[in-house]
Amino acid sequence: MIKREWIHAWLLLLPALVLLFGFTHIPAVQTFIDSFWSTPRGRRPSTFVGWDNYARMTADPVFLRVMTNNLIYAAITIPASIAISLWMALFVHRRIMGLGFLRMAYFTPTVLPLIAVANIWLFFYLPGFGLFDQIRGLFGLRPVNWIGQPSTALYSITAVTVWNQAGFFMIFFLAALQTIPENLREAAALEGTSRWTFFWRVTWPLIMPTTLFVSVNATINAFRMVDHVFVMTQGGPNNASALLLYYIYDQGFRFWDTAYAATLTVVMVVILAIIGIGQFFLLDRRVHYR
Amino acid sequence: MTSVTIDRENPSVLAAAREIRLDRVLFVTGAWALALIWLLPLAYAIWTAFHPPAYETRFELFAPLTLDNFVRAWNAAPFARYFLNTILLVTMVLTAQLVLCTLAAFAFARLEFPGKNVLFALVLLQLMVMPDILLVRNYATMSALGLVDTILAIGLPYFASGFAIFLLRQTFKTVPKELDEAARVEGCSLLGLLWRVYVPLAKPTMLAFGLVSVSHHWNNFLWPLIITSSVETRPLTVGLSIFATTDSGIEWSIINAATLITSGPLLIGFLLFQRQFVQSFMRAGIK
Repeated sequence: MIKREWIHAWLLLLPALVLLFGFTHIPAVQTFIDSFWSTPRGRRPSTFVGWDNYARMTADPVFLRVMTNNLIYAAITIPASIAISLWMALFVHRRIMGLGFLRMAYFTPTVLPLIAVANIWLFFYLPGFGLFDQIRGLFGLRPVNWIGQPSTALYSITAVTVWNQAGFFMIFFLAALQTIPENLREAAALEGTSRWTFFWRVTWPLIMPTTLFVSVNATINAFRMVDHVFVMTQGGPNNASALLLYYIYDQGFRFWDTAYAATLTVVMVVILAIIGIGQFFLLDRRVHYR
Repeated sequence: MTSVTIDRENPSVLAAAREIRLDRVLFVTGAWALALIWLLPLAYAIWTAFHPPAYETRFELFAPLTLDNFVRAWNAAPFARYFLNTILLVTMVLTAQLVLCTLAAFAFARLEFPGKNVLFALVLLQLMVMPDILLVRNYATMSALGLVDTILAIGLPYFASGFAIFLLRQTFKTVPKELDEAARVEGCSLLGLLWRVYVPLAKPTMLAFGLVSVSHHWNNFLWPLIITSSVETRPLTVGLSIFATTDSGIEWSIINAATLITSGPLLIGFLLFQRQFVQSFMRAGIK
């Protein structure tokens, strides 16, 4: 028998679920199906091609370049953002000269549009003329074409990402640090424990759940934050700074190769799913901490 | 008394005290150095935007101030229209999110029905696989609906936010059962109950989510870039990127003025309501 409560519940859920399925779940499944079909071109309709798109992908040097770039990008942004945001939180979680200003300074980049600040950074990186080269010039060093040469383009992008997200992660560490009981600190001070020892023996283990939470978010961001690539390098030079999501955009909307873009999107979804499953187990352990 | 005298005479204690003071100085210096580095890009943008182009790399205290860059940027691209588009977009997205997600969250929090757990798990899935990455398929959907190049199309994929449903469900679950039952005994309808009891109690959560949502959609770029193609629909972020990449030899001071125009409202809002912003981001982040 269908109860009134059920009907009420389903009616309440209906509008949200229609949109949720329409723009997340169904497209995800369709993307997976699309990856086994060819791109329709002109009068030539789409045909079933099996694993062809995947074979093409694994043999595509640009794809391998892009994946390598994205892994480097992740391998730098994740630990760097965690380290810097934790430092920020340690700086401002207790009384310090200019507390309000410091917190504001650290957090401000988070509210700025990445696409807009990319313009400012672009200027910093200008060869010869930009801020970094002016500083190098003071020491008599040659100008460097930071975003125009393959060896530094990716790292220039990476620095902007770390700068943009560290302040956001800081607030989670700040919240975690506030929960550490003051008497632990007093006890440690009585024992004559150094700050360094106190940090590694007490603070670090206690904020571990937050560190895991921040790591998961930093990992997701490492695959999602590509806005500044559009302004700063367009993935160049020679794909040196192209990231996976940027490559999906490139294939899907510049070359209109929708089938190949779908195949690349499947890789993206798989990566995010792995992170999701990882988070599930990490957060599961977090419960046992308590 | 004696202990103090002993301390004074003991050189190792004095050295330790000096070391602690040095430690503190390094700590404070580090904090300030990091803050200045972090503010540098913004400070630089403000400097160039308010000075004539000649002072782009010359930093003189008494360089003449000007608003000319803002005027020229404002006139060089239809920023007024972009502003309107962005404001329409964030208002529409937030309103739709609050309505749709409140209804759904209430069902998940307080009603029993078959399929509840499976459906909720599917909602949570959106926290990982966001519409932002399913670009090609969502574009195809929008063109099937005839919505390409509309402001509605920019916002539609975000209306049902798994994140908002999750946050509001958590909040609704903390509403005391007695309050709920008392209202039901009074003969309150289900929607009346939601509106009179649950929504007022969830206002702080809604405010927190609202700030996060507005700043997210104000700053969003990739999906709007793909789905819009005309001045009438483009939000600020897309407008700015087009303005800044047209190779017409635009001066840096003008681009930086445009950058400040784009980020201005959010930045001013943040500086005025710093505490609320930080608390909202924190509340929204710690699930």
